[in-house]
Amino acid sequence: MAKVLMKGNEAIGEAAIRAGCLNYFAYPITPQSEVAEYLARRMPEVDGVFLQGESEVAVGYMIFGASGCGERVMTTSSSPGISLMSEALSYITCGECPAVFVNIMRGGPGLGGILPSQGDYFQATKGGGHGDYRLLVMAPDSVQEAVEMVMAAFPLAEKYRNPVMILGDGLIGQMMEPVEFPEDLAAEPSNKDAWATNGMDTRGSQERNLLKTLYLDPEALNAHNLKLRAKYEKMKAEEVRYKTYNLDSDYQALIVSYGTMSRVCRTAIDNFKEEGLEVAMIRPQTLFPFPLEAINAAAGKDGCKVAVSVEMSMGQMVEDVERSVCGKCPVEWYGKCGGEVPTPEEVMEAVRSFIG
Amino acid sequence: MGKTFAKPEALSDQPTHYCPGCTHGVIHRLVAEVIDELGIRGRTVGIAPVGCAVLAYNYFNCDFQEAAHGRAPAMATGIKRVRPDLMVFTYQGDGDLASIGMGEIVHAANRGEKFTTIFVNNAIYGMTGGQMAPTTMPQQRTSTSPFGRNVEDVGMPIRMAELLSALATPGYVVRQTVLKPKYIVKAKKALKQAFTYQMEGKCFSFVEIVSTCPTNWGMTPQEAIDWSENTLLDYYKLGEYKTPEE
Repeated sequence: MAKVLMKGNEAIGEAAIRAGCLNYFAYPITPQSEVAEYLARRMPEVDGVFLQGESEVAVGYMIFGASGCGERVMTTSSSPGISLMSEALSYITCGECPAVFVNIMRGGPGLGGILPSQGDYFQATKGGGHGDYRLLVMAPDSVQEAVEMVMAAFPLAEKYRNPVMILGDGLIGQMMEPVEFPEDLAAEPSNKDAWATNGMDTRGSQERNLLKTLYLDPEALNAHNLKLRAKYEKMKAEEVRYKTYNLDSDYQALIVSYGTMSRVCRTAIDNFKEEGLEVAMIRPQTLFPFPLEAINAAAGKDGCKVAVSVEMSMGQMVEDVERSVCGKCPVEWYGKCGGEVPTPEEVMEAVRSFIG
Repeated sequence: MGKTFAKPEALSDQPTHYCPGCTHGVIHRLVAEVIDELGIRGRTVGIAPVGCAVLAYNYFNCDFQEAAHGRAPAMATGIKRVRPDLMVFTYQGDGDLASIGMGEIVHAANRGEKFTTIFVNNAIYGMTGGQMAPTTMPQQRTSTSPFGRNVEDVGMPIRMAELLSALATPGYVVRQTVLKPKYIVKAKKALKQAFTYQMEGKCFSFVEIVSTCPTNWGMTPQEAIDWSENTLLDYYKLGEYKTPEE
């Protein structure tokens, strides 16, 4: 299969189509409008559905309706737009509908900036919407990985009947890298007639399907929450994904970093190696579920003096790193915001100061 | 002798929770009769609002989705775009459609999304206990306009049928009511026409139905029907505002 040089945003759009998702609703917002622009031209080529909605609020519910009637559907947005979709995410999760959301993060809070950031970690992993719900969150570090994660997201969303969020950033969205689209696709689930409002005739059934999120009876709502919780426990058991870097060495510091930031940290680690200092990294690929055990084990290794969460935020993932390390070593944070991307030298300076 | 009158198949056996003098029951029945007569129950998806009709899904016997407040037209857009063969209708009150959902209904109508919206206008927020609606009349007392709606402060009531019919995109926009049998006949005709346009894949259809809320208006059912006929119909005039042939 040939490699193609593609802009991240466009590759993400193409990945959805390759995954059999022929329905895309979105609203323009920098730095991800290219996904919509690409799919506006591409969807008609595959007889798919493209619609630019009037706002992210509306788009979130177009996704809910479409996914609720059993069709694969995706939307993309960026930080402030994801905020607007957060209520819909709460509803979609409660309604147990599969859908794929992509957040190409930009600087915040507020209107913020249009350059990359990782400031939506809390929003994605702890829930920007209300109530007890979680999203399965994956974070790519390259355009290739973004493509693979988008394509994996659809069967995962259907396996759990839960939305999946891909957390990218403006760099991933904007840069061009070689991409190869996987050919082995997961088929659509055969059980959607059990829950989708796809029409009684379509199912050949006299029983209607109801998609609702209202549970006025407290016992019923508690039971529903327990049902959702069981899914998250299953995700924690089966879906944790991460990559390690230089973990086989006698590292003195453990970096935890994801997405674009982790690439800078890899360079920092390579530079450290040349200086004779060993530093390792765990790169979570799933932010929920988080690789708690892997980080705990790595932080507890003899000689590891400190765990450092390196993020383009004011310290969000660091709290999960603390939770993972459980006091086995000190946990520090280094990061920059606003669209600033730390350089390898800045990362090295911070890590050196933490090692002491 | 065969059966001459029966509960529509599209209506469930569940007794409704609506107040005496509320017209939701009548409207539900008319919609169900139309669904039966057009033979579309097997491919219909209804969308319930947030409001007194939040439990509408309990009273209909077809696929149903429950929307967030105001978002039904967006959900309907999602369904209709990915499954144009399904017959989709939203059922919304005045808070749901004319307040929080104003953006969604105007844009769905403007895009000409080929679903049907049933808009129940009773000039007040029913379910949440009688607060002011965008459709509340001048000087009308509600729990959040206890001294009467002050139009200098919050403007005049919004006429949705007129507003939507002003859009350039073709559509079917009509306002009727169900206060008395003579009106009910016309309301049913309007609903049937709306669903027929959808079956033909022709346009967006919008049926506004002027209604009552005896409980929150502080009136008896009969007083409410009278007040609706005398005061609301004077401002919210019945008729066909736009047809797709124009």
